[in-house]
Amino acid sequence: MSAQLSIQDLTKSYQAGIPVLKGINLEITGDGVTAIIGPSGTGKSTLLRCINRLVEPTSGRVLLINGETSFDLVKVRGRTLRRARRQVGMVFQEYNLVERLTVMENLLTGRLGYTPAWKAWLRWFEASDIDRAYDLLQKVGLSQLANQRADALSGGQRQRVGIARALMQKPDLLLADEPTSSLDPKTSVEIMELMTELTQAEGIPVVINMHDVELAKRFAHRIIGMSDGRIVFDGTSDQLTPEHLKSIYGGESWLI
Amino acid sequence: MFDAEVKHPQRWQRYTLDQRLLRFAIYLVVVAAIVQSIRNINIIPEFLIDAPEQMADLVNRMWPVDWSYYPQSVNSALIETIHIATLGTIISMLLAIPIGLMAASNFTPNRMLNFIAKLLLVSSRSVNSLVWALLFIAIFGPGALAGTLAIAFRSIGFIGKLTGEAIEEASSGSIEALKAAGASKGAILNYGYWPQIKPAFWSLVLLRWDINIRESAVIGLVGAGGIGMTLDTAMNLFQWNRVAVILIAIFAIVIVTEVIITQVRKRML
Amino acid sequence: MANLNQSTAIIRSKPFSLSKKVKLGFVVLLLYVVYATFQLDFTYSRFISGLDNASTFFDRMFPPNFERSRILIKGMVESLQIAVVASLLGILLALPIGLLGARNLMPGWATWPARSLVALCRALHPVIVAILFVKAVGFGALAGILALTVASIGFIGKLFTEAIEEISIKQVEAVRSTGASFANVILFSVLPQVFARFVGFSTYQFDSNLRNSTMVGIVGAGGIGGTLFSAFQRFDYDFVAAILITIIAVIMLGELLASFIRAVFLENIGISDLWRKQSKRTLAAGGKDIV
Repeated sequence: MSAQLSIQDLTKSYQAGIPVLKGINLEITGDGVTAIIGPSGTGKSTLLRCINRLVEPTSGRVLLINGETSFDLVKVRGRTLRRARRQVGMVFQEYNLVERLTVMENLLTGRLGYTPAWKAWLRWFEASDIDRAYDLLQKVGLSQLANQRADALSGGQRQRVGIARALMQKPDLLLADEPTSSLDPKTSVEIMELMTELTQAEGIPVVINMHDVELAKRFAHRIIGMSDGRIVFDGTSDQLTPEHLKSIYGGESWLI
Repeated sequence: MFDAEVKHPQRWQRYTLDQRLLRFAIYLVVVAAIVQSIRNINIIPEFLIDAPEQMADLVNRMWPVDWSYYPQSVNSALIETIHIATLGTIISMLLAIPIGLMAASNFTPNRMLNFIAKLLLVSSRSVNSLVWALLFIAIFGPGALAGTLAIAFRSIGFIGKLTGEAIEEASSGSIEALKAAGASKGAILNYGYWPQIKPAFWSLVLLRWDINIRESAVIGLVGAGGIGMTLDTAMNLFQWNRVAVILIAIFAIVIVTEVIITQVRKRML
Repeated sequence: MANLNQSTAIIRSKPFSLSKKVKLGFVVLLLYVVYATFQLDFTYSRFISGLDNASTFFDRMFPPNFERSRILIKGMVESLQIAVVASLLGILLALPIGLLGARNLMPGWATWPARSLVALCRALHPVIVAILFVKAVGFGALAGILALTVASIGFIGKLFTEAIEEISIKQVEAVRSTGASFANVILFSVLPQVFARFVGFSTYQFDSNLRNSTMVGIVGAGGIGGTLFSAFQRFDYDFVAAILITIIAVIMLGELLASFIRAVFLENIGISDLWRKQSKRTLAAGGKDIV
């Protein structure tokens, strides 16, 4: 039923000869939460951004398969790329809302991949889109703030809008790049709960980058550990032992 | 341990040798340019000494001010000047936006297009509005048409350059999000860039309109319509009293424009 | 069921709707354009016949004629000299006048006349000021220099006063409390704070003077403007093209020079940075991704 993401032999070098991603192979199937952990600079963010082509991979394949349709996100261009992208939702560390637009307007921008150009220019969105927006707003608990400008919101509220916006796309896959790194511990847990609840209700697989290992163990079914551009651990949170953490992060002093 | 401290003589320098050399080089060049200019410039000393007397004579001839000339010719010319300035600003707004977009390196990644757009914008700014007026008079003949186009083409560089810079400085986060959602380039422009640059854009269009009122008053001197032509006629006929009322009118319209703009700014911000 | 009550209680306003004021504004703008075009007598036929002229015009402009380069260079050099001297005089005069106009440092009897003087200098367009000076001191570069000096005082004076009024008064008080003389207070607490902006708008004014100096010649105030004007009147359009190209090139160089000076004084680059800046640029270009 749900989509499948297949990453095959993905590499990325920002400067020739210095690869950041060194041959990543990863299969995401079924609807569940997958957390990617690892030290800064190890390529977590690059990996996520290679999936929806915000960063150009150097080589490899990224296949997004949903029933009949399948895209190789590395190869597609132009309109096909946009069609592929609209099936992948993304939640950002800095929320990335359009500050001067209201919460409702921000949610509707999530449908821009599905709205024809002239309608988008005139700002005519489908009634069903608007209904879905109000529905999602209620699910993230921000119904009262529908017409507030995005820059008037707190960090936690902004991230809720970010999640709702991503879900407006009715995506086959949700990516989240350090979604809680700018939030306090309590709000972080709230956001993680919200994300996992909503995506499980709609059967959408989620891939989350995070640096908080405890949070990862608590919410993710599957944990992927990256170190130095490679995957060095792939298993459930129970299987994640301190030895594994040492090989991922190096050093012992931070381990309790 | 204390011996190591004593070894270094303590000297405080504001700039490193590197930086001082470069600053010195610039001072040198600037001084050389100034000396060269002053030495070679063609100034006839008799004129300089005569100047205060001449200026006093000029002011004398302007008094009494010929107020009756105002309703005769000055008023309609002033209104024509305002039309030239406003229409010219509006036209340049429409033309400057696409060129400004083309010049913004984050919106248009193609370096060649960036370069061409920037070249167009620099050329528009480097050619003075008087010269643009001459150009358009040669094409369309004297009158307000040439004047309006001159104002428009001169303003393209101003509006285009600053718009392009505003787009380049827009925060890329929201743009990234729209891209990730699969929005087209046009939608990204409309929903991502435009909300961010909107206040800056209107602010600089307003500023340009202010400048254009002054410029429009002057291009008539070469025949491009507006109050400049009235001024030119009066000066050629040595009718200094009329010149006086025209100058006062120009002064007044500039002040009125400034007041309008301050009011609009207050409302908008 | 509580959910249903909640959703009906929300006022559903149409998203992205422009406020009534803005819509009205656009309608007024459109009506104005139609009205003004009518008032200014822009007929379609005039425009078309103009375009006809335009093609013959451009034909005569190209190829640009650089044969009379002696006059061209002489005129250009004079314009440069006018710009340099006017900028210098303008800066020198604007410093004390601008300082006198600062309401946070100076008493009322000093600020009022200083500010009025600056406003007066800005009131009239440099061309009009140039004409008046031509009538007063005769044709030639002197009129141009005086006119652009006045313009510079107006611009630099105003911005300098604003910059001083925006400084942190605490820094001034700190230096004053050490018992420093008035001059030292200015030198060590006021000037460092405004220096950056001062360099910024002084270089901007130099560029502006360069542009204007190429044009005051049209009314007889010296420089290449006079050459340009006579070329127009003689219908020597290919020479006009040559002059325009030269003017654009010189102004572009002027802008580069101005930004270079800003970089040296504001970002404190040194000679070795010039080499490093080159390599940094190529690295950035290579590693940048097309997103």
